[in-house]
Amino acid sequence: MSVVDQVEKSTEVLLVEDNLGDVRLAREAFRDVDSDIHLHLAADGIEAMAFLRQQGAHINAPRPDLIVLDLNLPKMNGREVLAQIKGDENLKMIPTVVLSSSETDADVLISYQLQANCYLRKPAQWDAFLGMVRSINAFWLTNTKLPRKPQS
Amino acid sequence: MKYAEDESTPIHVLLVEDNPGDARLTKEAFSAAAETMRLHIVADGVEAMAFLRHEGSHVDAPRPDLILLDLNLPKMDGREVLAKVKEDDSLKLIPTVILTTSNSDEDILRSYQLQANCYLSKPVQLEAFDDLVRSINDFWLTKVKLPQQLQTE
Repeated sequence: MSVVDQVEKSTEVLLVEDNLGDVRLAREAFRDVDSDIHLHLAADGIEAMAFLRQQGAHINAPRPDLIVLDLNLPKMNGREVLAQIKGDENLKMIPTVVLSSSETDADVLISYQLQANCYLRKPAQWDAFLGMVRSINAFWLTNTKLPRKPQS
Repeated sequence: MKYAEDESTPIHVLLVEDNPGDARLTKEAFSAAAETMRLHIVADGVEAMAFLRHEGSHVDAPRPDLILLDLNLPKMDGREVLAKVKEDDSLKLIPTVILTTSNSDEDILRSYQLQANCYLSKPVQLEAFDDLVRSINDFWLTKVKLPQQLQTE
């Protein structure tokens, strides 16, 4: 991949979320702020790992620049997904933001132990949720320098 | 464990920065934004590790809730500080934000490989620098759930 391609590349975000209402809100919030963001969805942990490892139906999946991860997911939960991402030499540099409605302090601690890049508590109110997605966008996709792998 | 005084407990931020001008600018940008924050400044990597491990003159240092780390530092550079923080089972929980003038792809990638929580490139323009520090305050100290207050010890 040439340098020019990288500069012009749109931003790929993988949202791992099983709640359809949250998915819809996140999609709207990201679209509101920037049309250059490609939001990809995985509804459970198995699908998230298949996407990240380009397996099965996800063989042509792009490498995400940012992962937004719910913790409570069917099939494979978000803690396990996080452990697999951060235990993988090839994936661990992708910033992974935990966005969870979990009220458990233990979930916050374990997420940082597993090297989540940050932990955000998902607000229950939809307008606060929209605001949270906007601030992820503003901070992670605008202010932060994201890693770009040298090889494609 | 939750403590009753949680809300009045200040958020401790450790800034590891050798440039006195940048340290001062950061301090000023934070002071306008956060009343409940305590900013601790150390000027090299060796002192940063002493602070984090409560050694020498830092025996009473608080455990920071957030670390802001420059990469180019005297004595021990920021890459090594980051590696040490993220190898330590206790310290690795502390979110560590790289705040550096380096814009090189290699530094960015290497920092994420070492599990920096995020990488910010320091703008040269005063106003942009101010905005960036405010965004750290707004995101990391307001929106993010930090691990520190939850620890049992």
